Amino acid sequence: MNRFLWPLVGFVVLVVLLAVGLRLNPRDVPSPLVGKPAPAFALPRLDTPDKEFSPKEMLGKVWLLNVWASWCVSCRQEHPVLVELAKRQTVPLVGLNYKEVRGDGAIDSDKVAPGDEKRMVIERAAGWLRKHGDPYTLSVLDVDGRVGIDYGVYGVPETYVIDKAGIIRMKHTGPITPEVFSGRILPLLAELSK
Amino acid sequence: MKRWLMILLLALTGTGWHGLHAGEARPRAENELTEKRLVAISSELRCLVCQNESLAGSNAELAVDLRREIRTLINDGKSDTEIMEFMVSRYGDFVRYRPPLKGSTLLLWFGPGLLFVAGLLALVLYLRRRDRAIKDTPLTAEEQRRAEALLQDQDSRQGHP
Repeated sequence: MNRFLWPLVGFVVLVVLLAVGLRLNPRDVPSPLVGKPAPAFALPRLDTPDKEFSPKEMLGKVWLLNVWASWCVSCRQEHPVLVELAKRQTVPLVGLNYKEVRGDGAIDSDKVAPGDEKRMVIERAAGWLRKHGDPYTLSVLDVDGRVGIDYGVYGVPETYVIDKAGIIRMKHTGPITPEVFSGRILPLLAELSK
Repeated sequence: MKRWLMILLLALTGTGWHGLHAGEARPRAENELTEKRLVAISSELRCLVCQNESLAGSNAELAVDLRREIRTLINDGKSDTEIMEFMVSRYGDFVRYRPPLKGSTLLLWFGPGLLFVAGLLALVLYLRRRDRAIKDTPLTAEEQRRAEALLQDQDSRQGHP
């Protein structure tokens, strides 16, 4: 009896470890930015490119920062959720348009003249929002992805929940599904808005 | 004939490969030292898009951006530690191939050693117990007699084949 007990215990421990390991999502990298102030930036707005937007304008409000691009396929998947969120007018939703031209594998960005790039970014981003609906309070243009690096963006879409004090309280990588939205984001927003 | 064909083929592919290689490995910055540091630092970092590739070896778009970022930091006179901190503060300890030693990584660092020691302990215990089991059960008188009989039998057989 005792002879089989320890191998059995070892086997069960191994099975439990593997079962847990298989359920983990390797894309779910914990962000060190959660609990830290949202990195500052000043980027041109999509609607008025000669004006800039900074996160400090949102101090005192709970808001969402959503990283998107027209070439991003998963963004299309999450877009209806964002449109729904905008309809409810729960919180302001700021879009960070990430490398609209440079990130698109279909465009050889080396051949795009520097002066043309911003115009192309605006055309493409605005066109996409006209076609699919614009849930954003405003969108800003991160043409070279430099602000994306400060936010630790490594896959679009990504979404950040930022509190009244400008602290990042949550980061979600990948499309927001209705489950994630009602299960994780909405409760957090309710708590932060108190 | 066949051998010559092989040699010709090898020579051809050899030059072909060399030609391609020369085209790819074009140094991108004039400063060789900067490039060396860039490679050293980015080899220690994980590309977050292709997670099993280092930042030095990845062609993912983000990896290209981050290498450019590291190059800028090097040119700004930042130390290797500062650059590492820059990356970790944005992407977390996960970007490092050598995770730092701290509470949450203790098991990662010492787990294999612990398993080894546990295995060694189990082995020693098992061997000792078996040793004791063998020593503690001497032959009974009856067994002794049978063993002697068997040995004698063998001796006699060897003696007279």
